[in-house]
Amino acid sequence: LAHGGGGLLTHRLIERLFRPAFAEAPEDLTHDGAVFEIDGTRLAFSTDSYVVRPLFFPGGDIGTLAVNGTVNDLAMCGAEPLYLSVGLVLEEGFAIADLRRVVDSMRQAAKAAGVRLVTGDTKVVEHGKGDGLYINTSGVGRLLAALPIAPGRVRPGDAVILSGDIGRHGIAIMAAREGLGFEAPIHSDCAPLAMPVRRLIEAGVELHCLRDLTRGGLATALIEIAETGNVGIQLDEAAIVVAEPVRGACEILGLDPLYVANEGRFVALVPAADAERTVAILRRCGESAVAIGNVEAANGAAAVRLGTIGGTRVLDMLTGEQLPRIC
Amino acid sequence: MSAPTSSMAEDRQRLRLDVSGAVQGVGFRPFVHRLATSEGLGGFVRNTGAGVSLEIEGPAQAIERFLDRLDAEIAPPAAIHARQLHRLSVREERAFAIVASASDGECSALVMPDLATCAACLAELLDPADRRYRYPFTTCMHCGPRYSIIEAVPYDRHRTTMRRFAMCTRCRDEYEDPASRRFHAETNACPDCGPQLALWNRQGEVVATAHQALLQVADALRRGDIVALKGLGGFQLLVDARNEAAVRRLRERKARPGKPFALMVPSLGEARAIAQIGHGEEQRLVSGAAPIVLLRASPAPTSIAPGVAPANPLLGIMLPYTPLHHLLMHELGFPLVATSGNRGEEPIVIDEAQALARLDGLADSFLVHDRPILHRVDDSVVRLIAGQETVLRRARGYAPLSLDAPAISAPLLALGGHQKNTVALGVNGRIVLGPHVGDLGDAETRAAYASSVEDLLQLYRVQPQAVACDRHPDYYSTRLAEGFGLPVRRVPHHLAHVLAGMLDNGLDGPVLGVAWDGNGYGDDGTLWGGEFIVVDEAGYRRVAQLWPFRLPGGEVAMREPRRAALGALHAVFGEAALSMDALAPVASLAPAERPVLARMLARGVNAPATSSAGRLFDAVASILGLCQKASFEGEAAMAVEFAATRAESAVSLPTPTVSEAGDACLVDWRPMLAAIVEAHRAGVPAEALAAAFHEALAGAIVAMAMRVGQPRVLLTGGCFQNARLTERSVQRLRDASLIPYWHHRIPPNDGGLAAGQIAFAAGFPTEERD
Ligand SMILES: [Fe+3]
Ligand SMILES: [Mg+2]
Ligand SMILES: [Zn+2]
Ligand SMILES: [Zn+2]
Repeated sequence: LAHGGGGLLTHRLIERLFRPAFAEAPEDLTHDGAVFEIDGTRLAFSTDSYVVRPLFFPGGDIGTLAVNGTVNDLAMCGAEPLYLSVGLVLEEGFAIADLRRVVDSMRQAAKAAGVRLVTGDTKVVEHGKGDGLYINTSGVGRLLAALPIAPGRVRPGDAVILSGDIGRHGIAIMAAREGLGFEAPIHSDCAPLAMPVRRLIEAGVELHCLRDLTRGGLATALIEIAETGNVGIQLDEAAIVVAEPVRGACEILGLDPLYVANEGRFVALVPAADAERTVAILRRCGESAVAIGNVEAANGAAAVRLGTIGGTRVLDMLTGEQLPRIC
Repeated sequence: MSAPTSSMAEDRQRLRLDVSGAVQGVGFRPFVHRLATSEGLGGFVRNTGAGVSLEIEGPAQAIERFLDRLDAEIAPPAAIHARQLHRLSVREERAFAIVASASDGECSALVMPDLATCAACLAELLDPADRRYRYPFTTCMHCGPRYSIIEAVPYDRHRTTMRRFAMCTRCRDEYEDPASRRFHAETNACPDCGPQLALWNRQGEVVATAHQALLQVADALRRGDIVALKGLGGFQLLVDARNEAAVRRLRERKARPGKPFALMVPSLGEARAIAQIGHGEEQRLVSGAAPIVLLRASPAPTSIAPGVAPANPLLGIMLPYTPLHHLLMHELGFPLVATSGNRGEEPIVIDEAQALARLDGLADSFLVHDRPILHRVDDSVVRLIAGQETVLRRARGYAPLSLDAPAISAPLLALGGHQKNTVALGVNGRIVLGPHVGDLGDAETRAAYASSVEDLLQLYRVQPQAVACDRHPDYYSTRLAEGFGLPVRRVPHHLAHVLAGMLDNGLDGPVLGVAWDGNGYGDDGTLWGGEFIVVDEAGYRRVAQLWPFRLPGGEVAMREPRRAALGALHAVFGEAALSMDALAPVASLAPAERPVLARMLARGVNAPATSSAGRLFDAVASILGLCQKASFEGEAAMAVEFAATRAESAVSLPTPTVSEAGDACLVDWRPMLAAIVEAHRAGVPAEALAAAFHEALAGAIVAMAMRVGQPRVLLTGGCFQNARLTERSVQRLRDASLIPYWHHRIPPNDGGLAAGQIAFAAGFPTEERD
């Protein structure tokens, strides 16, 4: 099994194994979370597990990630996150001080995101059978958006709004894990996204699709949307912001920032008429949002195209690591 | 030529002869007509979907003479590959005719490539008394567009883009006159009825037409303007090759800082004034394919601006190959840069309306015509290696010529690699290799690629039974193959190179394939590129590879030879490599970058392992201070090759040694690299070391062949575009009484993969064995 990269293999695992096994309707097992109604209340429900290494990194730790990740998944459904559960899998010998640090981060992150951690579970596995600490969080939220938010609603002509600069989280993690001493330390962008989404919904912005950028980065998120929604997406490379230290790190590491992970960034696909408003609202929430492209008809190829100085590059969903294709 | 006297009824015979091969668009029917008439035979000839079918009737002796002469007098490029004879009953037919094509039935007729203007047409073009004087679309049955304008087979005017031009009476008369060179010439046209020339400004407004358009373009070029010209298979960008400022302007506008530009020169004589041309090279220049031939530039100063091919001792030169080019070059009398009409990695533009948009900002004016181009064909590039032609880019004049592949029966489609892509079709004992498409990272190229695949399937009306592709999961061609809904054959990259080379040389094993390239997907998930593969009746087996090293930065390392150097040095010296700051690759890094690269190498952070020979060339280029960052693919390897040819003194380096390591041997180049570093530090000239490096690699190939005990050694992969590496390997193999093979008609680079993939899918030894 080599299916963890968030790319094509993960995608295939879901489509070929999990969906046939679990899904009873085509809308089940959607990307970010499930949406349903109980006694007239429309809810969103999501779960995620966190296995990051190292556990502590500039800008956060596994605890902040575990809270914000599920908060963000609920937000991407157009929901106001309310309650989270927490499952901890600890490796024998894990330092209590570290555990305290993680739990404290979770408490703070929950407070910042306006959610309550209401139930939990802890298991301890033998020494050597775990990477110190794994966390699962599940969350429930109340749906704010009246209409569904999903790739299927994306239409040619929609604008693609990106909430901020990209690539910080992936580079911060890699630098910490591999001991890469960059001149300017890079902090993860890990942050809750519930508030900006809420503001957009309250302002009546017609949100066709929202997606937080996690593993696989901006490119993979947009390719998934294009393929699921059967549309083309044309991006302008010059509009996509990559902070200078991240750009420099990507250059020396040979990584494409478009494929690098984030934990506090999202894209909103909205009607062109709502584009400016979307950017303005996000900026008022403290995000450095920009319009980066627009949606086109698929014309037989549901692809994401990146306009560059040298021509138009097609962004491909990669199988796993960025494996060179140049001969 | 005596017409036989009336013969007795029992003497008369009638036969049907079905032939296939290069028999359409090459004057084959007129040739048959002439022959039959001169032997006094009756009957007819016509094109079919599968080739040409003819019926002849007359005295048995005359028929026999006819059949003999058919074989003896057929002139290239026409060629018969297969024939079938049937006896028919006599119909007392006395006259011989060319009749309308049968367009039903099987479609496997060979589509001819586009042919350069013939001598007879050229003479008319420049003859003020001729009615086609200065007519830029003059052709006859021996020359002119073929593949670029064909819509379907059989090849007939109404199935080409010439169908929009109705022949005038005089052209029609020529077309129907068996004595004319234009007898059944499907592209026949004249100033009264054929395509017309126009000069457009950047807004697409007509500024001038006919010869005036040409004269104004000539003036513009003399001024240093950049002109987009609609040629045979697509647009070209032209600029005065003597004008350094103009050449630089073209480089800036194309964002192409260093990659050499091709030249078109007025005549062979002019070519001799700027380059050294051997007999074989001359033959290629003046051939009907009229490719760009890589030639050694004259050592003496010439009129050519230095910006045409910076730091490059070779010039890519072609002669005019259409009447339009002839007229322009005749008017100018000086060499032009003639480069593909495209932006960046995009495919060349073939449509004048598109040219305005896609070449906007590149060209100052547009010389266009109204004969539509249907199939895009770039200019081909060839090089003479060890005295023989090697096609490096197979397009105009070559594509879609097919190759014999007797093992193929079921129709197969191969989708090639990712860069320099070509597609191929296997059908009825032949492989049809489509023209160069380009690099599949680009959106426009992908669209052109999809239509190239469709074109090929449609032209040959073939329903493939399987699709072959590379094993790299992220090649666009692989993804496309998976979407066909047909069985997919995933072909190991380097095996495809070897099979392509075997096909090119008519080998069916056993052979030792030396597949050296930039890199391709290896079966163990690493990047291969220095492989030794034995193919025989039983299957294939990778017997060895070059000692692997890390490429810090993955794909970025392809553009930065210094990264390959750091990886190779790390494989030799370990951590110490990053503190060898007297060496160019280390010195070129900012101090803050060094520890990061050190960590990447030590921990394998985005630093995939590779056995690539191409990257080893990069490493040596960097260490010798020849190239740290490449502005185009192959720049560093070329720098090493060129340095080697400048060497004035000889030194020797340890030949890489072969050692057993698991399932395949490792060819250890590390002592050689250490010796290069030491000699370089000691002041041995880079040129001498570059030459010795080639020698050491050739030695390693010989050593490996001796160890495997395989006398037949095939050199394949992009590294063998390097003439010096190929020629030294060929020589050293011969010295050791081994038999070297290398590429000729199929490119050794990834442009040849599709052909190899077809061979694999057709069941050519495909089982891996140990
Ligand atoms: Fe290759
Ligand atoms: Mg998630
Ligand atoms: Zn001619
Ligand atoms: Zn005419």
